[in-house]
Amino acid sequence: MAEVLVLVDHVDGKVRKTTSELLTIARRLGEPSAVFIGSGFDAAKETLAKFGAAKVYRVESPDVLGHLIAPQAELLAQLVGSASPAAVLIPSNAEGKEIAARLAIKTESGLITDAVDVKPREGGGVATTQSVFAGSYTVEATITKGTPIVTVKPNSAAPEEAPAAAADEVVDFAPSEAAKSARITESKEKQATGRPELTEAAIVVSGGRGTSGDFAPVEALADSLGAAVGASRAAVDAGWYPHTSQVGQTGKQVSPQLYVACGISGAIQHRAGMQTSKTIVAVNKDNEAPIFELVDFGVVGDLFKVLPQATEAIKAAKG
Amino acid sequence: MNIVVCVKYVPDAQADRTFNASDNTTDRENVDGLLSELDEYAVEAALKIVEAGEGEVTVLTVGPDQAADAIKKALQMGAHKGVHVKDDAIHGSDAPATSLVLAEAIKKLTADSPADLVITGMASTDGTMGVVPAMLAERLGLPAVTYAAELTVDGGTATIRRDGDVSTQTIEATLPALVSVTDQINEPRYPSFKGIMAAKKKPVEQWSLADLGLDAAQVGLDASWTKVDSFAARPPRAQGTIVTDEGDGGEKLAAFLAERKFI
Ligand SMILES: Cc1cc2nc3c(=O)[nH]c(=O)nc-3n(C[C@H](O)[C@H](O)[C@H](O)COP(=O)(O)OP(=O)(O)OC[C@H]3O[C@@H](n4cnc5c(N)ncnc54)[C@H](O)[C@@H]3O)c2cc1C
Ligand SMILES: Cc1cc2nc3c(=O)[nH]c(=O)nc-3n(C[C@H](O)[C@H](O)[C@H](O)COP(=O)(O)OP(=O)(O)OC[C@H]3O[C@@H](n4cnc5c(N)ncnc54)[C@H](O)[C@@H]3O)c2cc1C
Repeated sequence: MAEVLVLVDHVDGKVRKTTSELLTIARRLGEPSAVFIGSGFDAAKETLAKFGAAKVYRVESPDVLGHLIAPQAELLAQLVGSASPAAVLIPSNAEGKEIAARLAIKTESGLITDAVDVKPREGGGVATTQSVFAGSYTVEATITKGTPIVTVKPNSAAPEEAPAAAADEVVDFAPSEAAKSARITESKEKQATGRPELTEAAIVVSGGRGTSGDFAPVEALADSLGAAVGASRAAVDAGWYPHTSQVGQTGKQVSPQLYVACGISGAIQHRAGMQTSKTIVAVNKDNEAPIFELVDFGVVGDLFKVLPQATEAIKAAKG
Repeated sequence: MNIVVCVKYVPDAQADRTFNASDNTTDRENVDGLLSELDEYAVEAALKIVEAGEGEVTVLTVGPDQAADAIKKALQMGAHKGVHVKDDAIHGSDAPATSLVLAEAIKKLTADSPADLVITGMASTDGTMGVVPAMLAERLGLPAVTYAAELTVDGGTATIRRDGDVSTQTIEATLPALVSVTDQINEPRYPSFKGIMAAKKKPVEQWSLADLGLDAAQVGLDASWTKVDSFAARPPRAQGTIVTDEGDGGEKLAAFLAERKFI
């Protein structure tokens, strides 16, 4: 069976949920081989094995880590050359898409980004599904040249366990001088919030301009549900919440089981980031807010009254 | 400092965007278009750098006839000249094919007057892939610093701040380099009356594939490495339940979540 390369998304060996999703998808296309760049492999190995990585290509070189995208693309191109995989699956985040972009040019291969589903195609190759134009269209597409490269959005598959060896193979790799031409000179770690990561959370509770800068009720509701907290651009631009929590076209695209929009009007750019959520709930004091066109359940009311009451009821129900 | 800014002409996100049923490509004829909003940030970033020193900003677009509007808007904002690559054979190009045309156009432009920077938006508002900048850097052999939330150019170095999930990074590249900018970087200006008048006299060149030494068989729908098999409008969401808070809105919300097994 042909190998399918999966680029592992991890922080110091802590593997993100998207990687288990990608490994699950990879098994539909062939035999998953994980590609692990950086330190912490020992911590990662168990998860990679659990979700079906037969092999793990491993590179620890600091040369790769200090230099962003280009070296990672070179490494993948080298592996595409040596392993002739049936496909390469990469997480659909900013960095992943850039790695995929360079890899596509290097290997003269077609690229599909932001896939929400990937399947084997009758007659060979892969078939993908994308949700486009702010979620208003679904597109089926295929890759017709080279090694199919697909970046896959979080929450596109339910991770399924399928124990495998995760036998590691250290790859002999040295990035070219050209690939090292952009360098990270400083890196300030962000403080962890203790909440789930926005793009992989099952539930997201977001606040907008309607919070008037007070996110406490939004955070309390999120915590009662074990949810991640998101924000509209208006809230981010006002400095009320960090940009990395922004949901929408120029923020994160989320697709959770449940999305709760609080004091958010539902502009097209916001919808672009949340419209594919399975269940949508909104609290807004304006009954004509466009967000209500999307909801499964909406409350017309003041979020400062509705959210605390809901939070209490949820806590009570959970006991 | 000479800067090339890549700007894309896109269907308006506020309009009903759709596809051509004949070949599954984006409908760019029947839907009003405009300069991709996210590329305004790229134009503004370039203007700021040039205004603080000297040099010229050239805006480059690859697109159909109407894409001239995107160039016009950038010239009204203050860019100095425009290049519009158009050729019927480009219709239906995917990202690798588009980046090929852009890369060859940049090579031709910079053969006459070298550019220190190529600036792009973070992503288009139609395809929204966010891959053309990296593809261009790869094709042109340029160092790339992407998703700049802040950009400074000093001596021969471009330095950016990038706001990532786990960390905020400072990243450097030696010029000439490619930079993509986010919507956090600045507040794009509105064209002034003076800018609008001045734009009318600014030079815009039109190039065909032949001018770039490219062959029709290298681009367009048939030469693309991906193929759209079908498209379908998302079925409208079923009308949800909307209640007005009469003192029990929070409880009703919790009851809905319980019914859907979220609690
Ligand atoms: C190029 C570009 C990119 C963009 N990218 C994004 C993006 O990624 N994400 C994004 O979100 N936006 C984005 N935007 C901005 C977008 O167009 C909207 O401006 C933004 O989403 C509005 O945020 P909001 O809904 O919080 O604010 P508003 O539109 O001001 O809505 C606030 C809502 O809160 C309600 N409200 C007020 N007080 C209360 C209360 N006490 N209780 C309950 N409800 C209350 C109001 O009725 C209103 O509906 C982008 C715009 C551009 C031009
Ligand atoms: C809904 C949709 C989905 C698509 N999916 C795919 C896909 O999965 N794979 C694929 O290969 N193609 C795909 N395409 C086609 C692809 O979007 C176009 O080929 C496009 O020209 C390049 O991608 P982008 O618009 O996403 O650009 P991005 O990579 O998002 O653009 C980033 C920046 O590059 C510059 N730029 C991009 N295009 C131009 C241009 N024509 N002229 C000047 N500057 C430009 C701008 O500065 C822009 O801000 C899709 C198109 C649509 C409409």
